[in-house]
Amino acid sequence: MSLTEASAEAEHIPEQAEAVRGKGPWQLAWERLTRDRAAMVSLGVIAVIVLLALLAPVFAAITGHGPQEAFPATGLTPEGLPVGPGSGFWLGADSLGRDLFVRILYGARISLLVGLLSTLLATLFGVVVGMVAGFYGGWVDGVLARVLDVVLSFPYLLVAIVLVAVLGASVPLMILVIAFFSFAAMARVVRGQTITYKEREFIEAARSMGASKPRTMFVDVVPNLIAPVTVLATLLIPTSIVFEATLSFLGLGVDPRTPSWGAILSDSVDYYRVAPGLLIFPAVMLLLTTLAFNLLGDGIRDALDPRGEGGR
Amino acid sequence: MRPLLRVTDVRKYFPIREGLFVQKEVGRVHAVDGVSLEVRAGETLGIVGESGCGKSTLARCITGLYPVTSGSIEFDGDPRREVQMIFQDPYGSLNPRRRIGSIIADPLVIHRVGTKAERRRRVQELMELVGLNPEHFNRFPAEFSGGQRQRIGIARALALRPRLVVCDEPVSALDVSIQAQVINLLKDLQAELGLTYVFIAHDLSVVRYVSDRVAVMYLGRIVETAAGEDLYKLPRHPYTNALLSAASVADPDLSARRERIVLTGDVPSPIAPPSGCRFHPRCPKAMPKCVTDDPRLLAQGRPEGGHLAACHFPVEPGERLGSEKAQIEQESTEPHLEKGGGT
Repeated sequence: MSLTEASAEAEHIPEQAEAVRGKGPWQLAWERLTRDRAAMVSLGVIAVIVLLALLAPVFAAITGHGPQEAFPATGLTPEGLPVGPGSGFWLGADSLGRDLFVRILYGARISLLVGLLSTLLATLFGVVVGMVAGFYGGWVDGVLARVLDVVLSFPYLLVAIVLVAVLGASVPLMILVIAFFSFAAMARVVRGQTITYKEREFIEAARSMGASKPRTMFVDVVPNLIAPVTVLATLLIPTSIVFEATLSFLGLGVDPRTPSWGAILSDSVDYYRVAPGLLIFPAVMLLLTTLAFNLLGDGIRDALDPRGEGGR
Repeated sequence: MRPLLRVTDVRKYFPIREGLFVQKEVGRVHAVDGVSLEVRAGETLGIVGESGCGKSTLARCITGLYPVTSGSIEFDGDPRREVQMIFQDPYGSLNPRRRIGSIIADPLVIHRVGTKAERRRRVQELMELVGLNPEHFNRFPAEFSGGQRQRIGIARALALRPRLVVCDEPVSALDVSIQAQVINLLKDLQAELGLTYVFIAHDLSVVRYVSDRVAVMYLGRIVETAAGEDLYKLPRHPYTNALLSAASVADPDLSARRERIVLTGDVPSPIAPPSGCRFHPRCPKAMPKCVTDDPRLLAQGRPEGGHLAACHFPVEPGERLGSEKAQIEQESTEPHLEKGGGT
């Protein structure tokens, strides 16, 4: 190796008049996401479901069927069985003569509300706990990590059953229960990522320049956490929705009269032979919603490429 | 003359802890174990040693990243602003999610220097100084090559106009073809800005090229220190001899003739360093005294020459180490390291 002659010119990137302002990681991620067909279709499906949920009262007005109103005269056959899909009841009626379509739309409201709010709560709580544990380490981390282990080893269904039995079923309680059981997963990921980034040289560099701990935390660590947290949060939404459906199916979720996909499915158990739509339609909605969120989460993960942040 | 930096008997131990809630100390890594050195303004002190010898820990103690366990580090000036560091990994040392303009301005922001516009001007000035296109301040680290990223790291280190720059293996992560460019940039900057360097490396040829003086570290201690040429011409410590013999040589003829001193065994654990001379388990010259007595750094040759070695039985000129092979002429036991230009 000759150390003397080498031109620094060789290292200059070719001049480009345009694109002097580099595309940021977020911009690049968005471009990758828009090229991901599965993610885009999922985004479309989610948009449609959200729209339908928002427009539920409109459809209730059009059909003339409220979500909790029973129409034994029109919704049930003379033998007392629910009518099938038709012009009056678009997806048929349930065992009490209530409009299945309208109830599914109102159920979407519950599912999305519970899914999004519990994920939001779990994310906020999980990020704070994970960052504190990861950044401060020592005994703080020791205690918090053990608490997370305990939460993750709780039999969640049993705890939910006990809580509902004691406090009574309600939407806020369900959101809290679901958030409590999913924040630990988020906190673990955030803790792990924080520890990884804390050891990175750019944190050391910031500290060698005299940056305070909170500064390095917010300026250098947080931007690197956004990607994994976004991915995990997107994947927590369908888990929470399924959790809500499970609890409702068991009669532990929201007030039994409130339309919820789990409750509708639970009702259908006795009638699916004569009215298969009662089982199929809510199940398909549940499947579509969770599948769309999962595929979108995968798409975001690929687009953000949390591992390959450099190199290429 | 007062040195710019004086390190006196610095020790840095890392506790090893175990336990579920209450962590008990079960041992200590003796990363730096009694190092003293001085650096004069304008010179470059090279520190060499194998990985794990404590040279990077020493660098972090000097920059204040690690509090020292004992000993003192005196800097003639404001150590927070005037001592800066250049890191080894140009990929790891820049936050991938931030634009390089903001990365280079970091020290200015942290120390509240100038207005936003002034900082922008300073960043572009620095980018130009290190050979980057100042128009690129809005780009992200991923858009630069390894050599360019190291230039970004250098620009950041220079932002506060430091007097001492600690370079922790600044080129070892780079392609050989790029290494020379970065080394030359560092030399040019030193001449232009009157910088003082502590230059850490495991590559002896790089250290030889940049350093006025060289210190050799082994297991947390300095075992030999001398002006660059003295050390390379007449290494006194057996470890330095082994290190020099293992250095790569560009000339294959020379390489074939040269005697290789192959050290047996691994570097002992810094958790429980060997008794006496720490090099004795691997030293070809080890005697019973080396197992019991810890050698001190003593002057070799003329006392004013500043050549110190910590060895009970320093290697004499012409002496051969640990070879049962045919006699090799004295000339070839000298290290022949590639060197560009004269001194």
